[in-house]
Amino acid sequence: MQTALFIEQLLNGLQLGVMLFLMAAGLTLIFGVMGLINLAHGSLYMVGAFACAAVAAATGSFWLGLAASLAAAAAAGAIVEILVIRRLYERDHLDQVLATFALILIFSEGTRWIFGSFPLYLDIPPLLQGSVPLPGGSRYQLYRLAIIGVGVAVAVGLYFLIARTRLGMRIRAGESDREMIGALGVDIRTLYTVVFALGAALAGLAGALVGALQSVQVGMGEPVLILAFVVIVIGGIGSIKGALVGAVIVGVVDTMGRFLLPQLFTLVMPASQATTVGAALASMLIYIVMAVILAVRPQGLFAVQR
Amino acid sequence: MKLSRETTINIVLALLLLALPLVAMQIGKPFYVTLATRMAILGLAAVGLNIALGLGGLVSFGHAAFFGVGGYVAGIMATHAFNATPLAAFPFAIPGTNQMLVIWAVAIVVGGLLALAIGAISLRTSGVYFIMITLAFAQMTYYFAISWPAYGGEDGLSIYVRNAFPGVNTAVPLNYFLICYAVLLAALLVFALARNSRFGAALQAARQNDVRVASVGIRPFRVRLAAFVISGMITALAGALFADLNRFVSPSMLSWHMSGEFIVLIILGGVGRLFGPVAGAMLFVMFEYILGGLTERWQLFLGLALLGVVLFARGGLIGLIAGKARHG
Amino acid sequence: MRKLIAAGLVGLSMGVSGMAFADPLKIGVITTLSGGGAGLGIDTRDGFMLAIKQANNPEVEVVTEDDGQKPELAVQIADKMIQSDQVDILTGIVWSNLAMAVVPSAVAQDKFYVSTNAGPSALAGAGCHQNYFNAAYQNDNFHEAMGQYANQDYKKTFILAPNYPAGTDSLNGFKRYYKGELAGEVYTQVGQTDYAAEIAQIRSSGADSVFFFLPGGMGIAFMKQYAQSGVDLPVMGPGFSFSQDVLPAIGDAAVGAKNSATWSKDLDNEANKKFVEAFQAEYNRLPSIYAVQAFDAANLILSAAAKASVTDKDAFRAALKEADFASVRGKFKFNTNNHPIQDVYVREVIKEGDVLSNKIIATAFTDHGDAYAEQCAMQ
Repeated sequence: MQTALFIEQLLNGLQLGVMLFLMAAGLTLIFGVMGLINLAHGSLYMVGAFACAAVAAATGSFWLGLAASLAAAAAAGAIVEILVIRRLYERDHLDQVLATFALILIFSEGTRWIFGSFPLYLDIPPLLQGSVPLPGGSRYQLYRLAIIGVGVAVAVGLYFLIARTRLGMRIRAGESDREMIGALGVDIRTLYTVVFALGAALAGLAGALVGALQSVQVGMGEPVLILAFVVIVIGGIGSIKGALVGAVIVGVVDTMGRFLLPQLFTLVMPASQATTVGAALASMLIYIVMAVILAVRPQGLFAVQR
Repeated sequence: MKLSRETTINIVLALLLLALPLVAMQIGKPFYVTLATRMAILGLAAVGLNIALGLGGLVSFGHAAFFGVGGYVAGIMATHAFNATPLAAFPFAIPGTNQMLVIWAVAIVVGGLLALAIGAISLRTSGVYFIMITLAFAQMTYYFAISWPAYGGEDGLSIYVRNAFPGVNTAVPLNYFLICYAVLLAALLVFALARNSRFGAALQAARQNDVRVASVGIRPFRVRLAAFVISGMITALAGALFADLNRFVSPSMLSWHMSGEFIVLIILGGVGRLFGPVAGAMLFVMFEYILGGLTERWQLFLGLALLGVVLFARGGLIGLIAGKARHG
Repeated sequence: MRKLIAAGLVGLSMGVSGMAFADPLKIGVITTLSGGGAGLGIDTRDGFMLAIKQANNPEVEVVTEDDGQKPELAVQIADKMIQSDQVDILTGIVWSNLAMAVVPSAVAQDKFYVSTNAGPSALAGAGCHQNYFNAAYQNDNFHEAMGQYANQDYKKTFILAPNYPAGTDSLNGFKRYYKGELAGEVYTQVGQTDYAAEIAQIRSSGADSVFFFLPGGMGIAFMKQYAQSGVDLPVMGPGFSFSQDVLPAIGDAAVGAKNSATWSKDLDNEANKKFVEAFQAEYNRLPSIYAVQAFDAANLILSAAAKASVTDKDAFRAALKEADFASVRGKFKFNTNNHPIQDVYVREVIKEGDVLSNKIIATAFTDHGDAYAEQCAMQ
């Protein structure tokens, strides 16, 4: 096997991981601060993608679309938080699962009502078209490198936000002791809305970035949502660091599994069988990895003490 | 003897579900028999989940796995019987069968074994981890079913003739309803017995306080695992019945939407209530049927209705009528 | 959604009336009107209803309902339409897995099923049935045509499809006629959205062309990423991947792609010209292949109803089998297994002004049936 192809696949896995991190960071942040499990996070991803595609189509600018996706997802997040989510913090996970499951139905049909049933068009911006050379003679797409860059920037940004800013201090306080920060005079309701909107904006950003690569359509958030859950469970729920590590593990394992497993099976069985068996195993691989990790560390890799 | 309010409601619900198809036959609306059968089967699946979720507080988001596996047991065995090919050739030839009783037994055993495997790993975790890991295991079976070519993959598997029950013509919709209804009542009996047994007491105590249960010498893990296995068995049985109702099995029985639907049924009816899942299934199927007939955007209204129930009608339908739960 | 349409209402006021049927005809349309796959179902419904509207016959009643792309729901609706609405004919299902759920039991209850899209091999071969008519194609047809066409120009094709029955059928269909060497054969995950790994394999495989079957959003994602990747090998696929419902979402990346279909907007026959015009006038968009097949299916049913009463099953069945209607696809007749014998064309994606569309560049097969007819016991 050529090294160049191997490096390219590693980068592909990393890029998938970074995209999952944008989703997982919001999920894990919301869980860490508010103790809320949000199934509708994938819907916010969809909102971001649709907003970006609609604005880019109207103005001709991907960048305006990107800004719109952040704004739309954050706004949708804030509205949902104020109308619905706020009432769920004191409830058990069961109620949260059901209410956010209902939100998925509402978001999906609502989006279809507004944008119709046909997929929308969104392309990568001219600035990021083309590719750059890789060591080993291969080339890698500039846009995908840019996504990796965005992911790293978001990871660093979140680290500074939480470790260094006033908002971050309140978030940390909220994670460790909810009554305490209320007593300190922090307006906890606003804090929660802000955190939720921040998580939503990250999901919207992921949706817009990926919308340029794939099909912008109703239901696009669901497969990503489940992968993001796998990520935060592997990483340890509530831990941003865990989300980052978990996302990279899932991204790389999934991509390399799809790439290598079918080839591996050709060594022991006829090619036509090997490709289907390999592909079948590859589709289950990340769940197997997750089960193994949880069997060893039931709280994930970076468990948050609570 | 004075019946409690909840008991009265339960009796009314049971009679209502029984009356629906009988009346439907009288007024010449045979389709309502199918609808009532669907209610009974989905109710049965949710009764299974209710043992884990209602009594044990184990929010399983992966019960579709057991439902689907039960369905596939029925589909696979019936296919082999139909084509007269052996189910397994090694170590000795096992033929397929179209006898429901045999299929049910196999579905229960296979569902129980799967629940044992999934539970053994998942129950090491709790809370959100448990929700997510059960979801992940169900996804695993889903992807396996889609990409496993032997039994139809995503296209699913047709059961050309509904499986047989001794002495009953199952092809008659009303007969099949009565079979499902009887199984549902039996499962409700199991639930009631389990709830009032020492096992049930330990399970419910473990939900509220792990440490205290452990301190009296009961290992909560074992109690939970037992509950999870029984729960999986009942849901698998429901899956086998569902396959026979539709005369079809496909991976969509394993999808996470299905798992979500079971949770919805329980919450609609009332968590931990004996008849909660039955009430939920009746409400849900009726709602889906009526809304689906009214508007193309029925999923939007379904979502709004569910949201309304969670936010404003805690305790579900039975909670709304019967008042606050005594246990919970 | 449920719509009861007495198609004659408009007609009476206009002084036009359709042919009188021996008996009223009730048709149940089960199709996907909600969720991610709704675009296909909406085109199916619109194409079907256009024919019903044009026929303008008060004796025809159509009931439409949404299956949400869920097999269980489709089964439930079929039961309801048969038991409660008492329809004579079922039609409209888009997806093979839903058709497999509904068709065997519907035809076993002595109802007719006319397929507007799905054509799984199981129902074309040993599982064929006298009451099941496929007005669209057998699933393998488009892929076979592409394999046949690929022989002209290519020696080493890389092929990929999702890992499910329609996917393996697709690649087998392609390989059945393709004589060259395969640069690679890859099965992707169902619902997969990122194809970077596969595209990297294509790049390094030394292929001279690519054939893919990835329906719906998967195909859109693949085409966009393929174009962005800078791999410039020619692309081939079945017509679904470049149909009118997905072309706008793929954008210019699709231009030049070769694809196989039984129909194209520029197909030169009278019925087609009228149809494309009428569809655009009615719905203000170009029809897709799903709309075409549904339109033809409706006209097929109407043609049979004009000849025989639907209560006389044998006569109606014979009338359906004659396929005596003006197909917008030109020639159309039924094989022994009630699947079409028709021409399959190769099209190329072109851009006319701002609108992406297809034009016919070759004919891959003339009077093409399917590979399963021999296994069908029905004569």
